[in-house]
Amino acid sequence: MQVVSDARVELSVEADIVRARQLVRKLAQDSRFSLVDQTKLVTAASELARNTVKHGGGGHMNMELLSEGDRQGIRLQFIDQGPGIADLDQAMTDGWTSGGGLGLGLSGSRRLSNEFEIQSTPGAGTRVSITRWK
Amino acid sequence: MIDRIPILQIGDFLLITIQVDMHDQLALTLQDDLTTRIEKTGARGVLLDISTLDVVDSFIGRMISNISAVAGVLSASTVVVGMQPAVAITLVELGLSLPGVQTALNAERGMELLRAAMDKEVAGDAGGQ
Amino acid sequence: MQKTAEILRNADSTLQDEWIADLQAGGWGDGGRYSETDWRNQASDFLKLLAAASQNGIPDLDGSGGTALRNHLETLSRTMAMRGATSAQTATFVFSLKKPIFSQLQKAIPGDATRLAEEMWAANGLIDRLGLHSVSSYQKSREDIINRQQEEMLELSTPVVKLWDGVLALPMIGTLDSARTQIVMESLLQRIVETGSTIAIIDITGVPTVDTLVAQHLLKTVTAIRLMGADCIISGIRPQIAQTIVHLGIDLTGISTKASLADALTLALKRSGYSVQKQAGAAL
Repeated sequence: MQVVSDARVELSVEADIVRARQLVRKLAQDSRFSLVDQTKLVTAASELARNTVKHGGGGHMNMELLSEGDRQGIRLQFIDQGPGIADLDQAMTDGWTSGGGLGLGLSGSRRLSNEFEIQSTPGAGTRVSITRWK
Repeated sequence: MIDRIPILQIGDFLLITIQVDMHDQLALTLQDDLTTRIEKTGARGVLLDISTLDVVDSFIGRMISNISAVAGVLSASTVVVGMQPAVAITLVELGLSLPGVQTALNAERGMELLRAAMDKEVAGDAGGQ
Repeated sequence: MQKTAEILRNADSTLQDEWIADLQAGGWGDGGRYSETDWRNQASDFLKLLAAASQNGIPDLDGSGGTALRNHLETLSRTMAMRGATSAQTATFVFSLKKPIFSQLQKAIPGDATRLAEEMWAANGLIDRLGLHSVSSYQKSREDIINRQQEEMLELSTPVVKLWDGVLALPMIGTLDSARTQIVMESLLQRIVETGSTIAIIDITGVPTVDTLVAQHLLKTVTAIRLMGADCIISGIRPQIAQTIVHLGIDLTGISTKASLADALTLALKRSGYSVQKQAGAAL
């Protein structure tokens, strides 16, 4: 698998969430993903970017265009050095919220993506990675 | 970036057309503005046009649910119109079904629904006397 | 491998003319799909890109410096695929560049057989990679064409039909796999928006089996249709399918279902405010 291109997007203020959405949309569009796949990816990105800004104390998103044999994919990684999540299972359950969120961000993003990975250590931050293949 | 979404008044109805990629604060401002407007104008119906919105995440979804609920408490019906297919499919996958929110395919149908809801309420009032 | 890179950087018309001459001698492009001016332009453009990519040595196709080259090869392959060329013709165009480069290397490195061999090996590797890239791009283009044709066939085999003003029907036929169901559902939603129809009837009379995945897709489609502001009726649920659905624990509460398409149409008309009346003495 190859990383064809990558970009780093800072996520510290609310406006960055919109910016992240637009950049992901552009990459997905340029890579000729179907409209539904684009929308799923952008929506998942929006959820995770918001988590990073609002619950992770800010961080950044890595956006990569992947190529594996004949297929192309986009991988987004959301990284913060925030409080981390103590109980991952609970966080991944629909409707759970640590306050203020709808509780669908993590589990929803997983449903919207082909691949989903999350690592989080209380006190040391969180890393969420999602991939959508064309 | 604009800092508030315009709310148009057409007779007894308020019309909101969302045409920009909304940042969170804009959505919150819209909810506040709308509440104030409904109260000030005594509007009986709210038409929320999202036909140019190509992303609806859980935050915006919650805004839509809130608008519908708050308007309801203030005696106004809400209809959300023009949801794009890709958005609908994504919302379902996301797990958001927006219960209690009325939707219509376009503004025309939306207005019909609002008028019908108003007429029903008027008839109900009349019958209750 | 500096000499090769140098030759590519300073490529002049000699290299290009030899290349074209070899192509012509090999009968490449016979059959007239490509005019000679076309080839010369393609060759010239390609050499320019190769020169640009060789600024710091042998071009690295995989790196960012090789992007323009890769794109050019892809465009070339795509054009040739669309004009019906074979993959051999596409590859030959690129591989034919070896001979002119080798002969220039021989002139530039007389008497040093080891070094000549090294340079030729490097040049050979480069052209091979370029040729392989053009072949895989060619194959990708052919696949894209086939996929598009398959999609068109799929759309034809699952037409969305307008039964009445505001009522669409989607008769599904054959086994449903996940991918097909998704494509079909997306096109149904699109048609609903395009026609402003308020009721969609999904008829599964022609579907022999329904598994959990398909049932879930159906449910998601119904939810999406409602979210958009229209409604959905599922018809053609045969007894075996009804049993499967119950057995799988799928919850259909809140979703209108009818045994036949006819019943579904009746319900749809009623919901749309229409009534059908038989007129006395009207039958001929």
